[in-house]
Amino acid sequence: MNIVVCIKQVPDTNEVKLDPKTGTLIREGVPSIINPDDKSGLEAALKLKDQLGAHVTVLSMGPPQADAALREALAMGADEAILLSDRAFGGADTWATSSTLAAALRKIKYDLIITGRQAIDGDTAQVGPQIAEHLGLPQVSYVEDLSVEGASIIVKRIFEDGYHKIKVKLPCLITALKEMSIPRYMTVGLVYDAYREKEVKIWTLRDIEDTVDKSNIGLKGSPTKVKASFTKGAKTAGKVHNVDAREAAKIIVEKLLEKYIIS
Amino acid sequence: MDFLAKEHIMLQKMYREFTENEVKPLAHELDEQERFPVETVGKLAKYGFLGIPFPKEYGGQGGDSLGYTMAVEELSKACATTGVVLSAHVSLCAAPIYEYGTEEQKQKYLVPLAKGEKLGAFGLTEPNAGTDAAGQQTTAELDGDYYILNGSKIFITNAGYADIYIVMAITDKSKGTKGISAFIVEKYFPGFGIGKKEAKMGIRGSSTCELIFENCKVPKENLLGKEGKGFTVAMKTLDGGRIGIAAQALGIAQGAINETVTYVKERRQFGRPIAKFQNTQFQLADMQTKVDAARLLVYRAARLKDSKQPYTVAAAQAKLFAAEVAMEVTTKAVQLHGGYGYTREYPVERMMRDAKITEIYEGTSEVQKMVIAANILK
Repeated sequence: MNIVVCIKQVPDTNEVKLDPKTGTLIREGVPSIINPDDKSGLEAALKLKDQLGAHVTVLSMGPPQADAALREALAMGADEAILLSDRAFGGADTWATSSTLAAALRKIKYDLIITGRQAIDGDTAQVGPQIAEHLGLPQVSYVEDLSVEGASIIVKRIFEDGYHKIKVKLPCLITALKEMSIPRYMTVGLVYDAYREKEVKIWTLRDIEDTVDKSNIGLKGSPTKVKASFTKGAKTAGKVHNVDAREAAKIIVEKLLEKYIIS
Repeated sequence: MDFLAKEHIMLQKMYREFTENEVKPLAHELDEQERFPVETVGKLAKYGFLGIPFPKEYGGQGGDSLGYTMAVEELSKACATTGVVLSAHVSLCAAPIYEYGTEEQKQKYLVPLAKGEKLGAFGLTEPNAGTDAAGQQTTAELDGDYYILNGSKIFITNAGYADIYIVMAITDKSKGTKGISAFIVEKYFPGFGIGKKEAKMGIRGSSTCELIFENCKVPKENLLGKEGKGFTVAMKTLDGGRIGIAAQALGIAQGAINETVTYVKERRQFGRPIAKFQNTQFQLADMQTKVDAARLLVYRAARLKDSKQPYTVAAAQAKLFAAEVAMEVTTKAVQLHGGYGYTREYPVERMMRDAKITEIYEGTSEVQKMVIAANILK
C-alpha cells in the first residue's frame, strides 16, 4: 500500500502575533511546525505502515526552509520526502496550491492520499478537497478514524452533532482531524538518518511541467485576492455585573437579543 | 546555539518534546518518593536514547557524542535523576564495552545495552577508594575458567536496576594500579548482590547502592580489556563520563533559569513583576552568560571526542565549570524565588539539591583541577 501525506510547514500560532498596523502575521523568530492536522494524518499513515507495511511518502509545497518539516516527518518514520519548491509556485492561493500538489501527485504512486483538514495559518480547509477534485478521486473530509478493509478503507467522518461511518474504495483522499491520532516522537536514529542517509527530493516546475496547467499555479494562477487583513479590535469596554447565575443568564440573553445574535 | 548542525537542532527539538511530556511530569514525584523511573527507562529505550552514540551494527542509533550529550542536557533540565540514569548507562557501561570489548563481548553485552533491552552500571568506588581510586580492595582471583571476585563497591548509580555492571578488581596486588582489571558482571552471576541503598540529598530518584561480591563467579571471557589494564579502562571511561555529568550540570542550571524566568514575570512586589527590577535582570544576565559559557565547554569536549582528538582536559574543564555554574545558578534561582524557592512547591529547591552532586561524582571538582593543572604544568 502506498500512502502520500501532504504536509504544510506553518508558524506555531501559539507563539505568533499579528502586526496591528498591517494585519499580517509577524513570522520573525516564530518557530515553524508541521501543521497539527497534517501531523495527525502522518501518524495515521505511519500506524498503517506499522500494521500493514505501507510505504509512506510526505509531500509539501513551500520555500526551501520547509525541508525541516519534511526531515521531521522522515525522523518520525516516513520513507520518502518530496518538496515542491520553485519561485513559480510562490504567492499561491488554495486553488494554485492544490493544482501544483495534484500535478506532483500524478507522478507519485498512491493508494491513499491524506491531507490535514486545514492549516492553522489559513484555516481554509480547501486544499485537500480540491486535490481530490483535480485527480478525480473520491474524498472524505473531517476524518477522525481510519482502518483498512481489503481494497477499501472504513473512515469515521465527524460532524458537529454526530458522525458517519463510510466505506470508501481505494484510491481515495481523506482529510484528517487533529483528533485522529497523537503523533509519535521522532526516534534518535531516524533523526540522524533523516539528515545523513535520506534525502528530501526537490521538485521544481520543470519536474511537473507535463502534468500541470501553468496558468493554474503561483500568484498568477490564484483567483483569490486578499483585499485587506486586520485584527478584530475590541469595540467597547466590557461591563461587569456582579449578580447570581440566574440573573447573569437573563442579562446575557437580553444582550444577545438586543444585538440580534439570537431571536 | 547557531553553530549546531541541523541534525542536532532536530534532535534538540525531539528531546524537548519528549522531556516536556514524559520526564517533567514525573520529576517532583520521583524526588519525593525516592523512586527509580522504571517507566521512563522503557520509553528512553523505545526512542533510542540508550544507544545514541553507538553504531547501528551494535544496536545503537548511529549517532555521536554531541547528540548524546545534548540528550543528557535536555532530560536534566526537567529531571536530573533521569539525566544520570542515561549518563551512567551510556558513558560508564556501554561505552567501555564499545571501546575495550572483544567482538563477542560487544555482541553479547553492547547490543542489548544499546538497544535498551538491558540497563548498565559501573563500579569503581569503594569505602576506602574514592578520589584515590588506586586504593581498590576488591579482588579477582583466576580459578580455572572463572575469576572469583570478593569485596564491595559503594555509591553505584543504577545499582539494583542495572542488568550489566563494569567492575574493577585487583588481579595482582603487587603491581599497584597495573594490577587492577575490569570485568563485565551480570546481575545473575552467583555471589553477586546489591547492598544498602543510600538516602541522598539530591538525584533522589536515582538508585545508588552498594555492590557485594562474595565468591562471585565471573567467566574468564568477561575480562574487559587485558588483565592489569583495568585502571586505564576506568580512567578513560571516566573521561567520557565527565562529559555526561557536565551535560547533566548544564541541564540543571538551564532548567533552573527557565523556571526562574517564568516566576519573575509572574511574581509581583511593590506593584510590578519582579522581572522589572534591575537586580533580577542583572542576576539573570549573569546566570545565563555563565550557563552559555559552560555549554560551549561541554559541547567542545563532546566535539573533540567525536573527532577522535584528545579530550581528557576538555572534559575535566567542562565538568569543573558546568558543575560549579550549576551550583551557583541554582542557588541564585532559589534566592530569586524568595521564600517560595525554599519550599518543595517549586522545582528550584530540588534543582539546587541535585546540582551539588555534579561537583562530587565521577571525579570531584578538585580532581578535575588536578587533571587540568597537570596538563598546564606538564
